[in-house]
Amino acid sequence: MAGQTLIPAGDFRTSYAADTTVFPTTTSRNAMIAGIVLVCFAPHVVNEYILSLLIQIGIFGIAALGLNIVVGFTGQISIGHAAFFGFGAFTSAYLSNRFGIPVFFCIPLAGVVTAAVGLVFGLPAARLKGLYLAIATLAAQYILLDFFARAEWFTGGSVPASAEPFSIFGYMLRGDKQYFYVVLAYVIVCYLLVTNLIRSRDGRALVAVRDHYLSAEIMGINLTKYRTLSFGLAAFFAGVGGALYAHYNQVVSNEGFGIDRSIIFLAMIIIGGLGSIMGTLMGTAFMVLLPESMEWLSVALRDSPIDQFLGLKNNIAFLREMAIGVIIIVFLVFEPDGLAHRWRQIKAYWKLYPFSH
Amino acid sequence: MNTQLLIQLLVNGLVVGTLYGVVAMSFVLIYKATQVVNFAQGELLLVGAWVCWWLLTKYQVPFYLGMPITLVFMFLFGIAIQIVILRPMIGEPIISVIMVTIALSTVFSALMKWMFGVNLQPFPRIFQTQNVNILGLQVQTVYLMSLAVSVAMMVGMAWFFRLSKYGLAMRATAFNQQVAQSLGISVKSVFAMAWAISATVSAVAGVVVAVVNGVSAGLSAYGVKVFPAAILGGLDSVGGAVLGGIIIGLLENVAHFLDSEYLHWGNLYEIAPFYALIIILMIKPYGLFGTKDIERV
Repeated sequence: MAGQTLIPAGDFRTSYAADTTVFPTTTSRNAMIAGIVLVCFAPHVVNEYILSLLIQIGIFGIAALGLNIVVGFTGQISIGHAAFFGFGAFTSAYLSNRFGIPVFFCIPLAGVVTAAVGLVFGLPAARLKGLYLAIATLAAQYILLDFFARAEWFTGGSVPASAEPFSIFGYMLRGDKQYFYVVLAYVIVCYLLVTNLIRSRDGRALVAVRDHYLSAEIMGINLTKYRTLSFGLAAFFAGVGGALYAHYNQVVSNEGFGIDRSIIFLAMIIIGGLGSIMGTLMGTAFMVLLPESMEWLSVALRDSPIDQFLGLKNNIAFLREMAIGVIIIVFLVFEPDGLAHRWRQIKAYWKLYPFSH
Repeated sequence: MNTQLLIQLLVNGLVVGTLYGVVAMSFVLIYKATQVVNFAQGELLLVGAWVCWWLLTKYQVPFYLGMPITLVFMFLFGIAIQIVILRPMIGEPIISVIMVTIALSTVFSALMKWMFGVNLQPFPRIFQTQNVNILGLQVQTVYLMSLAVSVAMMVGMAWFFRLSKYGLAMRATAFNQQVAQSLGISVKSVFAMAWAISATVSAVAGVVVAVVNGVSAGLSAYGVKVFPAAILGGLDSVGGAVLGGIIIGLLENVAHFLDSEYLHWGNLYEIAPFYALIIILMIKPYGLFGTKDIERV
């Protein structure tokens, strides 16, 4: 069916291949390619500040994608994702500092090491489900954070660990403009990987575990294997994201990998849409831009009566935290399927535009 | 071996442990009655403590008046949370419900920081004498009060569930919602009542902690310590939660003792409950007294 250019008015799929195709029409594929090409020009068009936001969206988008595999596709809850993100950051910095491995190889290696750690903490997942699992991952979060503070050989303890800048075959990349392409390449590769994973047998098995794990088991899906696997995969992407984060900031401190960051990761996938790959990126963009837009708003409102009443300047951090919580609640109550669902509705509306009924 | 320190820490552990027990008890209460895992339990403590502190310092309300006002407020607060936020979530998947309570905890803790600041505020002095001498051991009066209040709340809770009509209705709802409803019990009001009682009991614990340590954002850490306690006792056992709380409190202080005397790793005190939690989940996921979940197809 790849020959079609526009979305057909009904479901005319006749083969499994047509049903699982990534791009239903040639137009959607061309639009995606054109979009990526457009983004490639971004560093030359936008200013430093917006570029840094784009890089953040990319980095957190990769980590959130991992979380969406566990929560959205496999239906297991994880409240310790930020700890894995941090573990990836420290691992990559450690590998490049201690063993002199080029950063180019450190990033995927950090992903693999983090995946191994994720598998260890995923082992209880094999036996537990639902809220027991949520509590186990909460414990993982605290234990890993304690480990970061304790293992000075690994993280530098209270002194932040430094991370080498990204280099490729001896050619050192400097500045955000060049790093942007590294992040972009990783985003494309990771999102393609996961899109294809979900189309494969393993991906369908993960979804089956989510939808009805007893039926899945009866159909011959090994629950233990797939639950643990989903944790390993999630940790892998968290590790890759964390490693990119480390080499972007070039310094890794103990801050910023706490439970609040885990909650932000969860917020990203809930707002984007659980079990939606493009939604993950939308949700990440939303959560990165939310605190920034609050910052802009508070600057715009400076010295106005609202500012004096709320004390915006001193309290913006708390208001931001509150906004994150409120947004999660609002989305869960009013739009549980997230932005991805909204996007589909908009598309459906325009598909039949003048005659929507 | 420093016996004096060990005994001091054991007493400490018992006092803190009974407080954990009380908080875990109110956590289990919500879980049992409404099948909601409340990640915002610690924030209920925090809200209660701040409200009481605010009444006592800003309006100079005497303690014997401020405390009941706080409790009434928390009772209504619990009902409000249930009706406004948790009621629309009935029937949603468990992940959504857990996420809503996590979001609630974020909102409350940020709100409290915004309203009262991040600094530790000392609580107004309530007792005249600082220390009481029991069998040659100096025990702070507030510790004794804390122990007494905790035990009183446990006894009160036991009475409520065993003998009062409302408690029976709640137990019936926890056992089977449909059957309870067909017997004329209003499941809606039972849900609201579970949150109200849980919030009130948590607020008492919050005020007790505040009297001992002062009020700060760190108070909500008690909400996190609830999980090891509740898991150890079994998520759906009220008695188990109390026992689990005491064990976790003692474990913390024993870890602290071993750490300061022999190991010198530092901070073992804070993290020990979480290692215990992982071990319990691996060996005995349904805890000491929890009902095992058996599924039939």
